[in-house]
Amino acid sequence: MSAAVQAKTNSRLLLSGNDAVARGVWEAGARVCAAYPGTPSTEILETLALFPDLYAEWSVNEKVALEVAIGASMSGARAFCAMKHVGLNVASDAFMTMTLAGVIGGLVIAVADDVGLSSSQNEQDSRYWGRFAHVPVLEPADSQEAYEMAKEAFELSERFDTPVLLRLTTRVCHVKAMITVGERKAVPNKGFVTDVKRWVMTPANAKNRLPKQIAREGELAKASEASALNVVEDGSDRRVGFVSSGPAAMHLRESFPDAPILKLGFSYPLPIERIKQFAATVERLVVVEETEPLIEQALKAAGLYAIHGKDILPRLGELTPDVLIPAIKTLLGEDVPATTTYPHFEPFPRPPTMCPACPHMGVYFTLHRLRKKVQIAGDIGCYTLGAGHPWNALDTTISMGASMGVALGMDKARDPEDQDKAILAVIGDSTFLHMGMQGLLDIVYNRGNVTALILDNRTTGMTGGQQHPGTGKDLHGGEAPRVDFAKLVEALGVKPERIKKVDPYLLPTLAKAIRDEIAIPEPSVIITDRPCVLSDFYEKHQPYQVVDDTCTGCGNCINVGCPAISVKRTAVKKREGASDVELKYVHIDAAMCTGCAMCVESCGPKAIIKAEKA
Amino acid sequence: MKRDIITNILVCGIGGQGVMTAAEIIAQAAIAKGFDVKKSEVAGMAQRGGVVTSHVRFGRRVYSPVISPGTADILVAFEVAEGSRWADFLRPGGVAMVNTIRLAPPIVSAGLFKYPEDPVAQMRAAGVAVTDFDAGAIARALGDLRLINTVMLGAIADHLPFPAADLEARIVGRFQGSKPGMVEINRKAFAAGRDAARERTGGVRAAGE
Repeated sequence: MSAAVQAKTNSRLLLSGNDAVARGVWEAGARVCAAYPGTPSTEILETLALFPDLYAEWSVNEKVALEVAIGASMSGARAFCAMKHVGLNVASDAFMTMTLAGVIGGLVIAVADDVGLSSSQNEQDSRYWGRFAHVPVLEPADSQEAYEMAKEAFELSERFDTPVLLRLTTRVCHVKAMITVGERKAVPNKGFVTDVKRWVMTPANAKNRLPKQIAREGELAKASEASALNVVEDGSDRRVGFVSSGPAAMHLRESFPDAPILKLGFSYPLPIERIKQFAATVERLVVVEETEPLIEQALKAAGLYAIHGKDILPRLGELTPDVLIPAIKTLLGEDVPATTTYPHFEPFPRPPTMCPACPHMGVYFTLHRLRKKVQIAGDIGCYTLGAGHPWNALDTTISMGASMGVALGMDKARDPEDQDKAILAVIGDSTFLHMGMQGLLDIVYNRGNVTALILDNRTTGMTGGQQHPGTGKDLHGGEAPRVDFAKLVEALGVKPERIKKVDPYLLPTLAKAIRDEIAIPEPSVIITDRPCVLSDFYEKHQPYQVVDDTCTGCGNCINVGCPAISVKRTAVKKREGASDVELKYVHIDAAMCTGCAMCVESCGPKAIIKAEKA
Repeated sequence: MKRDIITNILVCGIGGQGVMTAAEIIAQAAIAKGFDVKKSEVAGMAQRGGVVTSHVRFGRRVYSPVISPGTADILVAFEVAEGSRWADFLRPGGVAMVNTIRLAPPIVSAGLFKYPEDPVAQMRAAGVAVTDFDAGAIARALGDLRLINTVMLGAIADHLPFPAADLEARIVGRFQGSKPGMVEINRKAFAAGRDAARERTGGVRAAGE
């Protein structure tokens, strides 16, 4: 059981920002919470699910999660949804209109930016949504603030009839810090009241709401000017004053203990007057924000021309002390001392790998062998690792579900002479349900010549194994209706004879299935059906070992990519009239091997056998 | 006990080695001593056999959650090449506590990159104070490889701004109640790690030794 759930009122404990948000949302009296997993936001909903007195769900995607929260808010309940930065792109259609309609029960959207790009396809600044959708943005800098602002966000939401964005970053979500918690507030459910002019957003009704939205933004600006979430932390060294928000403000406080800082917790609408007053008390003003120059540009537009920001600081990545100190010292004309004493060693890269026995390896081993005959549009999940060593079997990754549309576009763009190369789309189960279904429907409808591989491992792997409609379990691990992928794709229009279910561990069978389907110029779907090795559905078997005398050093098994297989010695084989061949004799780590037998399938001389029992 | 300074401990290793758990125990021990604590984790894709680090910072009041290069008091490396990867995070005179196990990733095993011959010698040649020992061998001798974590924590116990017993109490506290059988063996592992570190901290040895 999570500490965030068990913590008693007024107790003080170490919590991650994600857990702190969950605790704050629960204390605020939220009744309905929804999310689709995404690093670094995933744990917020996982923790909320542990509270007994609210409804929590994994939704199929972020748009649906937000719509669930909107419906709950319209019905008078406090509602919450969480997503990573790119998730709000998906949810934005619902978001941009509901900000016009407003709320009944408070509605808070936590959006987590991956500043520094530890696990995402881009580094976008979600604060832009505040300006775009005319909604307030709160920016906590650590766990305590995340908890407090989650609660405050619900109050603001109901007071100003608006959803509120709680903007987090990786250094809030995945940093543990001390926080003091309170108790759950009882919030009466107001119930749904029919109000067609408000909830049915026809052009005429929406037009009526527009002036209200603009007036609301004016009121929010006044609230921001007066808000206790925007604070001046005074300092004696007035050569530079800083305006900052989020974790960057913490890095600043650490780097310049004596500098005055105006720390913005309520950063949109900006408290322009307070910033102007603050600016008048310091010699220079520097805006320190992650990542885009939103505050800086707004201040320049408001007439504060002589300020610094992205002219001296990077526009991407984290603004940590090692970045801030040299930049500010240079601005002040001071010497920049060397920060490190010891050299930086870069021994070798250690990229993430697939797990031993991961069923995706069977797919990529096979695709690697077909590499010259195929073009492969990929998607987002563990299987994106197929782009790397030793498979090198992915050509594109853009966004959730993009493999389908991108594959179709590749198909339609190619010249007749390029028709010999087959187009494949590779997508995971959770990603297919999130946003891949529409793309496949488009392939079918527009008669695309694409072979789609749905890698069904019965989990949302990369984010840590969350449930989805294809797993047969709900967020709490209870039984849930389970989608049948074969029936689903058939319903989308794929011919039944073009749908194949294949065990990805049976390498020759899989290779044959792919070869057969790419030879037929119409949409086909191959579903691989082995569970993620980290899921409850995976069954371990007796490990394998290599018979040294039989191993010929061909290295075929290495191309499976299993981290349990390593090269224990190499030799060079001289060939007459041809270049030398490097032989790689292998070893299987019995502690890592789970007996999937994929490498056995790849081994010509049959040198891989079941390990003797210890 | 000085409370106006911040202690920075960088724990590094590979996904699955127990880096996060070790960092959590250090953090909880510091909290029990009344310090403010922040602990940063790299999660996400790095969990899949990639590089993992956790930054633990404690003191009277901690603002930034990250340790900057050149400021770590202690580097706890669960794998020797990872120790060298993060050595530049040490402050002058900081201590690198290094488990000598060599874990080559698939790209090294396949011959695309070379594993450095002696990462410890490399670090020492650059002046880093390294305490290196085989934590796996100690754990194996005690009968359970999972004890590596406790061995490593024992090794740093003499370098903390609070008594070693306080760190040991946090480790043992995890098993009291649920797995009392693990208490004694963890005490032994902690003591063995502490002894190993003391033995190996006889002074900075010459490069290549």
